[in-house]
Amino acid sequence: MNKNLILYAAILIFGLAAPFLFSAFKVQLSILCVLIILAMTWNIQGGEMGYNSFGNILFYGLGMYLCASVQVGMFFPLAEWTESGGEKTFVHTPAQFFQGFGVGLVVAAIVPAIVAGLIGYSILGLRGHYFAICTLGLGVAAGEISGGIEIIGAGQGFTTPPFPNFGGLEARGEFFYFCSFISLVLTFIVVKSIYSTRFKLVLNAIRDNEDKAEAMGIQTMKYKIIGWMISAFFCGLAGGIMGGLVGYIDSTDVAFDGREMGVFMVLMAILGGKGTLWGPIIGASVFHIFKEGFWTFFLGWQYVALGVLIVVIVIYFPEGIMGWLREKYPERFGEVVDEADRKAQVELK
Amino acid sequence: MDFMVFQYPMITVQACLDGILLGVLFALIAYGMALQWGVMNIINIAQGDLVILGGYIAYFMYLYGIHPAWGVIVSPIIMYFVGIGIYKLVINKVVDRDLFISILATFGISILFMQLMNFAFGADVVLANSGYGTTFLFDSNVVLPNSKIFSAFVSIVFAICLVIYMKKSKLGRAIRATAQNARAAKILGVNTEKVYAATFGINAALCGVAGALISITFTIHPYMGLPYTIRSFMIVIVAGLGNLPGVALSGMGLGVFEEFADYILGTEFRIGSVFLLLVLILVYRRFKLSKKREYLK
Repeated sequence: MNKNLILYAAILIFGLAAPFLFSAFKVQLSILCVLIILAMTWNIQGGEMGYNSFGNILFYGLGMYLCASVQVGMFFPLAEWTESGGEKTFVHTPAQFFQGFGVGLVVAAIVPAIVAGLIGYSILGLRGHYFAICTLGLGVAAGEISGGIEIIGAGQGFTTPPFPNFGGLEARGEFFYFCSFISLVLTFIVVKSIYSTRFKLVLNAIRDNEDKAEAMGIQTMKYKIIGWMISAFFCGLAGGIMGGLVGYIDSTDVAFDGREMGVFMVLMAILGGKGTLWGPIIGASVFHIFKEGFWTFFLGWQYVALGVLIVVIVIYFPEGIMGWLREKYPERFGEVVDEADRKAQVELK
Repeated sequence: MDFMVFQYPMITVQACLDGILLGVLFALIAYGMALQWGVMNIINIAQGDLVILGGYIAYFMYLYGIHPAWGVIVSPIIMYFVGIGIYKLVINKVVDRDLFISILATFGISILFMQLMNFAFGADVVLANSGYGTTFLFDSNVVLPNSKIFSAFVSIVFAICLVIYMKKSKLGRAIRATAQNARAAKILGVNTEKVYAATFGINAALCGVAGALISITFTIHPYMGLPYTIRSFMIVIVAGLGNLPGVALSGMGLGVFEEFADYILGTEFRIGSVFLLLVLILVYRRFKLSKKREYLK
């Protein structure tokens, strides 16, 4: 326990100091925080509950649009804002900007959670690959439909309010970094405390055998919906921050980007190891470094690399990094291993 | 919103005919989907991208001065080998695994194909002009391009050929046996590995035919694959595996639905309404089955 405390303190201090140590990578670090949030929350229902969703991008995009709309709509008419596009006839004062962003983030987190609760009863009744395809459909449908709605910019996109005019890019980067880092810490605390309760055991029971879990008297539907709502809450939060960070929202390329973000979150969780606390964090970090390397050095070929990466990870590395470590050093994970048995297994291989 | 559809009956006729001709094409793609789903128990997200690739083969023949209708013959032959290649590289490793693994792996293939096609053929929307002209019906109130009629006819011919092939030939019997019980088929001397490869190849060839037809009737674009996958998935879950008349009917139904969605909601909501329809169908079936305390398997 003591050792863990030191570890957490070290990570926290590193996280707080990171934007000053690596000031050139502030935006990248903020994106990394967002990616970790997405991977961790995907893992709640993908890894622990066994409901592999391609549709969490729905909540992410919803949060993004909501945060920006609230931030604008609190002070200015939304329709005129989106119509003016890049031209800034309305300017937020700093107080308005931060106030709007704060309220926007709260709305961006709560509304997706409510949406998840509302559609959860219908969607979570599907199982396995039907759930996967259904959520994939939801994500794409949301992107296509939001691309046709005039008030949030339709096809031409939605420019989020620019950062108030002080401190320049440095202040902007630090602000968004700390927003995403604080959200990440919050997510971690919530997810970790969830994982030490009975709730996680129920989710695992649903993953392992839903019918039996139901026969044991667990109201599986209730737990599934709560699990999805928690996921949606943080996805929406992450989306809201990302919208402000990117500064421009497009329906299919930024918000409901099933081809990028929607797959990334699944991939990161699988790469790190499904159904573990640290797996998604490690997976997201490794993936982000890999991705940025590719995006920088092989520009244009990044999707080819992404496609190959997905296939390779899924086929050859489905257990992920944590799964691999667990197989290699079972003692570290608190598993008691019989030495003779292990040798026999190695010989068998 | 535009309710012209109900005021002018000819628009309704036009939409229905367009939808049916389009739906036949969807049914052909869906038949390939049902085939591989039934036999190998995988869901291929890259189905739509195979279709688009087949379309580009026909388009290239058109660019080099060959009539694109020959693509209907050439494209499936090339696509058959592409399918076998994909099977040998990727699919044979996911056949016995969890369905989600196959979904994710084929999603990867889909992204890969999209981007490779984008490099190879450019990001423009293209079509191969067949030069077949148009047919006018009902005092030229209804306009049907002959290429659409041609494509529906060719799809029906291919579907019939395939059904006969599956019924009569040795490979067809082996495929059907493997679909029923792979283990028993193996015991009785069927080389299931070969059957799987052939099934995937046939599926890819069907996609090739459909793609060639789409390239002469509609347009193709590297990123247009996913809607075709979703449509074929939808048709299969409505019709059920191995129910060919059902596949044809629900394909046409989907085509008509799309045409009406196009007229009533507007073109920008066309793809969105297809995806939304998928969600609604799945939810409807889930509620219907949950009354019997069952779920979609």
